[in-house]
Amino acid sequence: MSCFSSSWDGTLSQNDFSVAAHVFTERWERNNSSSPSWFWVNSPKGTPFLASSQHVEGYLSLESMCVLVSAEDSNEESCTVEEEAGFSEIEGAADSATLVQSNRHEAHYYDFHIVYSASYRVPVLYFRAYCSVMSMSCVNILIFAECIDGRPLLLNEIEKDLPACSSKVLLETKWTFITQEEHPFLNRPWYKLHPCGTSEWMKLLCLGDEVAAKNGLAIELYLVSWFSVVGQVVGLKTPLEMVKKSV
Amino acid sequence: MMEAQKYVWEGAIPLQIHLHESEITSLPPPSPALILAPRIGYLPLLLPLIKPYFSSTLPPGQDTIWFDYKGLPLKWYIPTGVLFDLLCAQPERPWNLTVHFRGYPSNLLIPCEGEESVKWSFINSLKEADYIINGNCKNVMHMSQSDQVELWHSVMDANLEKYMRASSKLKLGTVTTDEADMVGQVKAGKIPVRLYVWSVNEDFEDLEDAPEVDNWDQISYINRPLEIHKEGKHFTLHDALKNLLPEFFGGKSLINDEPCIEEGEDVQKVSSEDAGSSTGAEEGKEIFNQPVESCCNDAEIKLVRIQGIEPKMEIPFSWVVNSLKNPEHFLHICVCVKVPNVNAA
Repeated sequence: MSCFSSSWDGTLSQNDFSVAAHVFTERWERNNSSSPSWFWVNSPKGTPFLASSQHVEGYLSLESMCVLVSAEDSNEESCTVEEEAGFSEIEGAADSATLVQSNRHEAHYYDFHIVYSASYRVPVLYFRAYCSVMSMSCVNILIFAECIDGRPLLLNEIEKDLPACSSKVLLETKWTFITQEEHPFLNRPWYKLHPCGTSEWMKLLCLGDEVAAKNGLAIELYLVSWFSVVGQVVGLKTPLEMVKKSV
Repeated sequence: MMEAQKYVWEGAIPLQIHLHESEITSLPPPSPALILAPRIGYLPLLLPLIKPYFSSTLPPGQDTIWFDYKGLPLKWYIPTGVLFDLLCAQPERPWNLTVHFRGYPSNLLIPCEGEESVKWSFINSLKEADYIINGNCKNVMHMSQSDQVELWHSVMDANLEKYMRASSKLKLGTVTTDEADMVGQVKAGKIPVRLYVWSVNEDFEDLEDAPEVDNWDQISYINRPLEIHKEGKHFTLHDALKNLLPEFFGGKSLINDEPCIEEGEDVQKVSSEDAGSSTGAEEGKEIFNQPVESCCNDAEIKLVRIQGIEPKMEIPFSWVVNSLKNPEHFLHICVCVKVPNVNAA
């Protein structure tokens, strides 16, 4: 496994990516027991010949990360009403009495995928979000249930879930920060964090760290370092323990 | 200026555009619109041309234009010429498309907010190409606003002269008139390639009998830069495809990794022994005389199409790239492959 040196350009190879992904998944699980786990998904493309090429093609996935948003705080009246209709359609009309309780909460679910970009030679974060409205009494039961039938969230709704600094950048750079693009493996629209600056700041991040530069930081920790920055953009914190050299 | 590049820029697909029946509110129904769509353009950019034909019959509401071909929603961020090459194995002229102004299939297509979305999709691809070629996107990022606008307008108007002027500042490899180009000298480096691989299960003799693409899942989209390691070697389109899709050029596996590789190696040994000379062995792994041919397990490349032509495999790749690339500096290659039915195996 190669180490960072001063001439390192901040990128990693496809193979390094899958190795680093493995290390990342393991450390995440050890340090974030309360969060959903990351797991590796092999290329689901229907064409067998692509899956058999020399690369281990696939991506990392963390699904159904739940963010609770109180419906009272939401100005999007139309959103809740619309969602309510969608929800009762799915569940049937039987429980409509519980659904109109005043203590309503809207749960936002986020799916995150980390995909390797062969063009930029860096990891890229893709995500999508959907919402579900539930009454308070149901929350405890439903929070762990599969609430994936909800309406997909629009970017302006996602913006409200993002940390303040991200929302600001999003406003200023509409087309070059987060855009909807086709998920390279799933052929569907997902949100994507633009990767064109990644190698540049990864270089600064890793080589700027004197200790790491001196000892040579293994590239297997690439994803851990990368996610400690990228995760913050979408409000996911990386525990400090994960970044330590040996855990 | 290269002649082939001029042809590409002047190339257009005759479209016959029908309004979807659910959006026709008047009698008699409007007649279809006949429009020439530039190959290097994008479908939503045709809105100003198409709208007048149908504006009087549309139901009330807001416009979000999208197209389908035989029910398959068309991805607007793929250049029009590539869509045509990919979805019409047997070219259909005029190409009959259905236009919709309502009911955008946002679960399938990324949203399109008109020209601005198309422009940024283009610029982001250009940035990606810049990164592949130069290792950073500084050329594109540091473009002045006016240069960016000029470049974009040259693409919208399919004006090659304007484009050459605007893009010369980008240092993304200028197209030379140099005859030496034809020799196939390629500098070591990376070339931005978008490969669309359409897999079919049943064989066909004639393109007329090719099955229809009725689902985007039948098409794999491979966005992998092509790395050229050896400098100066005569590098052909065949070499490029072999590099991108090694599975179809012998020696590499298809479905069952190991047994297949062994099989391939055996074939090689036999063939070079048979040949009784070193000519075959020298070029390495060539086991097929015909460039576009099958590998083991009956998988084969049926069709390679770039900018509407099926180029000969011996053509120097540098010529292919310089002449046939799209303005965002990506070479779009459409490939149809026949793969054996896995379930049947």
